[in-house]
Amino acid sequence: MWQFIGIRVIQGIFTLLVISLLVFLATRLTGDPALVLLPPEASSKADYERVKKQLGLDKPLSTQYLIFLSGAVRGDFGLSIRDRRPTRDLLLERLPATLQLALAGMVLAIVIGVPLGILSAVKRDSFLDKGAKLFAVLGMAAPQFWVAIMLILLFGAILKVLPTYGREGPENFILPSFVLAWSIMAGITRLGRSSMLEVLDSDYVRFARIKGLKDGMVVWKHALRNALIPILTFSGISLAGLLNGAIVVEQVFAWPGLGRLMLDGVLQRNFPVVQAAVMASAFFYILTALIVDILYVYADPRIRH
Amino acid sequence: MTNDLILQVEDLQTHFFTRTGVVKAVDGISFELRRGETLGIVGESGSGKSMTAWSILGMVPHPGRIVGGSINYLGENLLEKSRGEMRDIRGSGICMVMQDPLTSLNPVFTVGDQLVETLRLEYDEPKRSLRQRAVDLLANVRIPAAEERLTNFPHQMSGGMRQRVVGAISISRAPNLLIADEPTTSLDATIQLQYLRLLKDIQEQTGAAIIFITHDFGIVARMCDRVAVMYAGRIVEQSDVEDMFDYPAHPYTEALLQSVPDLDTDVDMLPSIEGQPPSLDALPEGCSFAPRCPYAWDKCRDYPDEFTVADRHTSRCWRSE
Repeated sequence: MWQFIGIRVIQGIFTLLVISLLVFLATRLTGDPALVLLPPEASSKADYERVKKQLGLDKPLSTQYLIFLSGAVRGDFGLSIRDRRPTRDLLLERLPATLQLALAGMVLAIVIGVPLGILSAVKRDSFLDKGAKLFAVLGMAAPQFWVAIMLILLFGAILKVLPTYGREGPENFILPSFVLAWSIMAGITRLGRSSMLEVLDSDYVRFARIKGLKDGMVVWKHALRNALIPILTFSGISLAGLLNGAIVVEQVFAWPGLGRLMLDGVLQRNFPVVQAAVMASAFFYILTALIVDILYVYADPRIRH
Repeated sequence: MTNDLILQVEDLQTHFFTRTGVVKAVDGISFELRRGETLGIVGESGSGKSMTAWSILGMVPHPGRIVGGSINYLGENLLEKSRGEMRDIRGSGICMVMQDPLTSLNPVFTVGDQLVETLRLEYDEPKRSLRQRAVDLLANVRIPAAEERLTNFPHQMSGGMRQRVVGAISISRAPNLLIADEPTTSLDATIQLQYLRLLKDIQEQTGAAIIFITHDFGIVARMCDRVAVMYAGRIVEQSDVEDMFDYPAHPYTEALLQSVPDLDTDVDMLPSIEGQPPSLDALPEGCSFAPRCPYAWDKCRDYPDEFTVADRHTSRCWRSE
């Protein structure tokens, strides 16, 4: 087990290294931040050189990369080009908002998606199954920005029952977390249904019934434990995606999270901010994947041995 | 003698209602089983053997339904039981070992867990004594170091051991009737023999009646007291084992017996039955075996009645009239 974790950690570090190089090069391709900062009319060649030097962009690329990398290892991503504040502080300000929203969305998706998928399979072709299918197809097909705007219209503008921007209180979570959760919920419902149907048709579930176990035990113990294994993988990938910051949802609901930080960073050619935000996303992605793999080992004893 | 009667199936009909029509998987079969007796049900795949078993267990899969007849277990008609009552009978009264015993164990729970959860249905005892019962059961089916095996997951055991665990679970609630559905087809030859011996042991210890579903007459000869030969959803011949081997009355039985390899005959000489078993949604008029039967004649256009050929020996062939 420890050896398995060790290997995965080393793989993760290597992946992060590759990503750091890619994001470093990609930002440099987007243009010159000095040009964005300088007032277009009153700027001489000398001003330009001064700003470049100040930002450290006059050094050769390899040196710039090494400075970025050595800082990143210590958790120091340099100063934001825009307001000269430490990028790390910007990141830490935004992170809780994204984490909270991601977890809220994920919990919502699992709490509704799993039971809905299981019941769809158990009560196959029933009214509930068909309703769940419609709900899932809509969730997968409807674009998030549209769902978000419709919900804002309905609950914010017409019914006036829910706040549509900011994150002051718990009620602020309802709309954005639902928009985030819907497509994942849809995926979990459909995946849960199909894997549950497969498991319900297996010999061991049939044998559990032959032994005389109650239907509840057969479904919620014997079948569910096996059907959850693919759901676990899917949820892990989805959660990792949510942790990257939901750019669209954060934008629509004015949610001060990582996604918006990254978007603003890109628009302003704010290299340190973009680099820091991408590295943070990559880190969470790898961390989630590792946690899912470890959970997997507990969920499926066949992998353990 | 009548007190010994465990199962009495009468005119059982299990049909499947599919989009393309009604498939008569089981079409009016009758048989009886006494305590300690072993009945072999023989036939090709699709002859309705397995559906007979699922009907008795009350677990006919969708879109199938029992549409007629009765299944009397200890004098009570199972078809009149509620879902809950049927569940209580499953496991404690009637249990089944499925075709592939190796996939019958849930891969994510330990063997001990799967045994103890079954025992808990039967015995209202603390966990420790249930575990002790589980150890005894495993030891009883000759699993060495039974105590340690309880914490094993199925994939940590060999195939032979897993089937013995399945055997142990099936008898853990001391059922009166054990159904074994081709339990040996997926197994190596050596394990097959072990398994048959295990079933015999179980029967000797518990006095349970066994229904043995197979297509192998060799196994029937080894295991059974009575045989019923099924073809296209009906029992075409039924008798004591020796009687059937010595005096097969139905041409289908005759053909099946001839295709059992014998040490003295060359494999090249093995006869086989011409043609395919009929599709159940397009049964021929009259005797369903007639299209493949070497003796078929005019009369076979009507379905033959059940004729008594000898004591406790019946056949559905006009030749036995």
